[in-house]
Amino acid sequence: MDPNLTLIGQSIAMIVFVWFCMKFIWPPIMNAIEERQEQIAAGLAAAEKGQAKLEQSKAEAKGIIADARKQATGILDQAHSFANEIVSEGKSEGVKERDRQLAAAKADIEQEANRAREELRGEVSAIAIASAEKILQREIDAKQHEDILSKLAAEL
Amino acid sequence: MASEGEQGAQTSSEYIQHHLQNLQVCKDEAGEWVWNQCAGNLMTVNVDSMFFSVLLGVVFIWVFGKAARTATSGTPGKLQAFVEIIVDFVDSIVKDTFHGNSRVVAPLALTVFVWVFLMNFMDLIPVDWLPMAAAGIGIPYLKVVPTTDVNVTFGMSISVFVLIIFYTIKTKGVGGFVREMTMHPIAPPTRGAGLIAAPFIIAFNLILETVALVAKPLSLSLRLFGNLFAGELIFILIAIVGVWQLPLHFGWAVFHLLIVTLQAFIFMMLTIAYISLATEEH
Repeated sequence: MDPNLTLIGQSIAMIVFVWFCMKFIWPPIMNAIEERQEQIAAGLAAAEKGQAKLEQSKAEAKGIIADARKQATGILDQAHSFANEIVSEGKSEGVKERDRQLAAAKADIEQEANRAREELRGEVSAIAIASAEKILQREIDAKQHEDILSKLAAEL
Repeated sequence: MASEGEQGAQTSSEYIQHHLQNLQVCKDEAGEWVWNQCAGNLMTVNVDSMFFSVLLGVVFIWVFGKAARTATSGTPGKLQAFVEIIVDFVDSIVKDTFHGNSRVVAPLALTVFVWVFLMNFMDLIPVDWLPMAAAGIGIPYLKVVPTTDVNVTFGMSISVFVLIIFYTIKTKGVGGFVREMTMHPIAPPTRGAGLIAAPFIIAFNLILETVALVAKPLSLSLRLFGNLFAGELIFILIAIVGVWQLPLHFGWAVFHLLIVTLQAFIFMMLTIAYISLATEEH
């Protein structure tokens, strides 16, 4: 119970143990704990970030799909109207072509008819002259009545 | 257990005396080291106290050092998890109590807590086991609980005391330390007729603060020593009563388990608190 050298011995032992603990035990354990804390915190943050990103991507995807749908509808409409246009264009072209052909045919016919009429006129006048000649051969001098005859031919 | 029968005509009081006697070695007047004739000799070493305290300190260093060497920030092993629980427990207490920035205080608190706990824990080994084993190999006395030796508890509290003074001077300077010892709790008058009273007030303050300062290590060590000594004494008394000691021993051991842990915790807590007081301004 009396105070003695043990006191000093114990003090030295304590200093040594505390120094050892301070040097070799506390720092590595504390480092490990703190590092793990950081890792866990980082992991949690990353998970949260991932979640947020997922949400965002989902929203983005939804937007893109809606856009695509809209675009597709637009293209479809455009195609429809284009087709209609082509059809109506074709129709009007056909009508025009037909009209043109018709007009050409009419003109041809008219020309043909005119030509035939001219021919006919000549022939008729020739026949008329010939028949008149035959009739008049006896009583009319062709030379004397030539002016009348040519007047007649012009009239025909 | 049954020691009365085995140790011949030993009376109860002799049995108790025997259990409370340290194994001592000392330098006598002739300058020679002698065993167990050391009453009143200052040059004495309590070999058993030193042996067990250093042994338990080494156990602490070895177990915690092993955990520290293999410490990983990944998945911890079971030893590391166990060590980390204690380290984290001590660390949170230190952070709550001690606001300064010191690399010393937290490891000090950890060492004090675990070491004192281990030393206290020796109390739960049945009181006759180790002394009888020692007697078997020719060691006459053996006190197995270092903290029932007032030298051990004083040795630790004096280290703490030195740290208190060191931190006081470190944070407040020598002048601050002197001021703290003389200008509190009553501020001496600085002018007028009261100036005559100033020396007396300073002397009064000095006496008061010295008592307060010295009371810290004194109470720190005597509290631990008293609790553990009383606990040990009761274990010894229980060991005398014969067969009935078994339930009594169990009951007291369960209760003592609480004291062992609590005293280690209190010693650590007060160590932190004293150093924290030393580093803070009033």
